[in-house]
Amino acid sequence: MDVFVGLLRNILEEGLIYGIMAMGVYVSYSVLHFPDLSVDGTLPLGMCVTAALILGGVNPVLASIIAFACGALAGSITGFLHVRLNITDLLSGILVMTAMWSVNLAITKGSAVLPYYNEDTIFNSGIAKMLPEGAYAYRVVIIVAAAAIIVKLLLDIYLKTKSGLLLRAVGDNEQFAISISQDPGKMKIIGLAIGNGCAALAGSILSQQSQSANINSGTGMVVMGLASVIIGTSILKKSSFVKPTTMAVCGAIIYKACLAVAMQLGLPTNYLKLLMAVILTLALVSNNYLSKGRRKQNVETPEF
Amino acid sequence: MSKPLNFDDIVTMQHIYKTFNKGSVNEVVLFTDFNLTIKEHEFVSVVGSNGSGKTTLLNILCGTTAIDSGKIYLRDRDIGDMKEYRRASFIGRVFQDPAKGTCSTLTILENMSLADNKGKIFGLSAGVNKRRIDYYRTQLELLHLGLEDKIDIPVGSLSGGQRQALALLISTMTPIDLLILDEHTAALDPRSSETVMELTDRIVRDKSITTLMVTHNLRFAVNYGDRLIMMDKGQCVIDVCGRQKDQYDISDLLKIFNEISIECGN
Ligand SMILES: Nc1ncnc2c1ncn2[C@@H]1O[C@H](COP(=O)(O)OP(=O)(O)OP(=O)(O)O)[C@@H](O)[C@H]1O
Ligand SMILES: [Mg+2]
Repeated sequence: MDVFVGLLRNILEEGLIYGIMAMGVYVSYSVLHFPDLSVDGTLPLGMCVTAALILGGVNPVLASIIAFACGALAGSITGFLHVRLNITDLLSGILVMTAMWSVNLAITKGSAVLPYYNEDTIFNSGIAKMLPEGAYAYRVVIIVAAAAIIVKLLLDIYLKTKSGLLLRAVGDNEQFAISISQDPGKMKIIGLAIGNGCAALAGSILSQQSQSANINSGTGMVVMGLASVIIGTSILKKSSFVKPTTMAVCGAIIYKACLAVAMQLGLPTNYLKLLMAVILTLALVSNNYLSKGRRKQNVETPEF
Repeated sequence: MSKPLNFDDIVTMQHIYKTFNKGSVNEVVLFTDFNLTIKEHEFVSVVGSNGSGKTTLLNILCGTTAIDSGKIYLRDRDIGDMKEYRRASFIGRVFQDPAKGTCSTLTILENMSLADNKGKIFGLSAGVNKRRIDYYRTQLELLHLGLEDKIDIPVGSLSGGQRQALALLISTMTPIDLLILDEHTAALDPRSSETVMELTDRIVRDKSITTLMVTHNLRFAVNYGDRLIMMDKGQCVIDVCGRQKDQYDISDLLKIFNEISIECGN
């Protein structure tokens, strides 16, 4: 029983952290239709920035916010490459992802792993200390959930503002944005900044959970983010009151649960990335299949 | 040598040159020394065979297509070097494709709110201004399509005709100097295209918007608008207005079309 609870807690912790990244992927992929590969580089960027800042004595909450800002900056570079220098979306992401490798190494001063075991993190200082004694085992889940909810609410509010509405319009129909005299390129840059900011924030929290930064932890993040968004939206599509941001987080939790179950069933760790790719493939295929079926069901062409 | 600028004209295009794929085997020389002026409140209908350069003319005006040389003025503003999205603050445009004029995943209300804020700053205030909803409703009522009761449904679930009517409303909601219509009734069934054309005429007359409309419907070209232009190979072969225009009927236009085709040997 304890094993089960522990497993569940683990899934929730990780699912919620990666859920923050998935919400970012929702903005770049679902809202802007931009397949952003730079996430593989900006998640570890968030880790490295956080590690360096916390080792430098910066308050962990502030460090998390700065990590978000650094990710946003990297994301806006992806956007700049695509929008202003006319490099294809995929390639822009690959360029930033590749460049981030060196940037991250520069931040960690050359070490692939940068631990900070005895430093303050959001999980052992500040609000975390105010939690009652009995909740200690669940402090990570509680704080991570709070972070995910804050990000979700901020994103939901943003997407309802003028700027957010324009962002959605750009993803939907660039020509419309032009028609209302707005620069679609600017909005793409903003959207990618938000997406990668979320990825870096997830990296920041992830690193504070393990109290170390790992240069290699970015591999497969794009795949995981996309899979989360697609799983979340296709499962919860029917319930119209659930916001897409919530769907992304739920998708991440379900995704993590799938991985955890596979590991419990004895899948060797080496096959983890293969499994991640398989899950995304299945999600994509079933999503295509589902939406095709649905399209056939309700083709209504309203009369004029 | 060139006609002096008259700032009473809304549009002045002078010595426009445009060649596609210059220097390659696919070279298309379209405009050589093309000139056009449009007066304030004028409603111009443009007809012409496929490939005669109508869409390109509109694209040049809107800034979608760059010109090789020449001058373009909107009133007294030189817009030749202005980006497309900047020109859009003076120009409204409705496309042939109903999907282009609105955002299908956003609701009618959201589409109208966005358009209402055209040219202004899109900051962090509420995207939909609740106090404007009544105004949007009265605007939609003018379309007589019952859209005022559907403001919360996504535009993607409207019919092509409804979307086109909405696009027309949206593009003329804020003050503009010029309305550009590129075969905006072509994708609609006969009845819908009739409705949208009548609507166009009503809006253009009510707001006295200077309008440039491309159409393949010769009846629309003859019946609506107060100036008629026929284009062929990047040139205006007919350009008549007022009483001169009234002398043309559909059969005349058809005859000229055929003559042009025979000249081309097809
Ligand atoms: N982007 C482009 N590249 C190359 N050639 C082009 C391009 N756009 C237009 N053309 C050429 O310019 C000519 C005019 O095209 P345009 O689309 O303006 O014609 P149109 O009068 O709008 O025709 P239609 O009635 O079919 O809409 C055509 O010969 C076309 O091949
Ligand atoms: Mg055309």
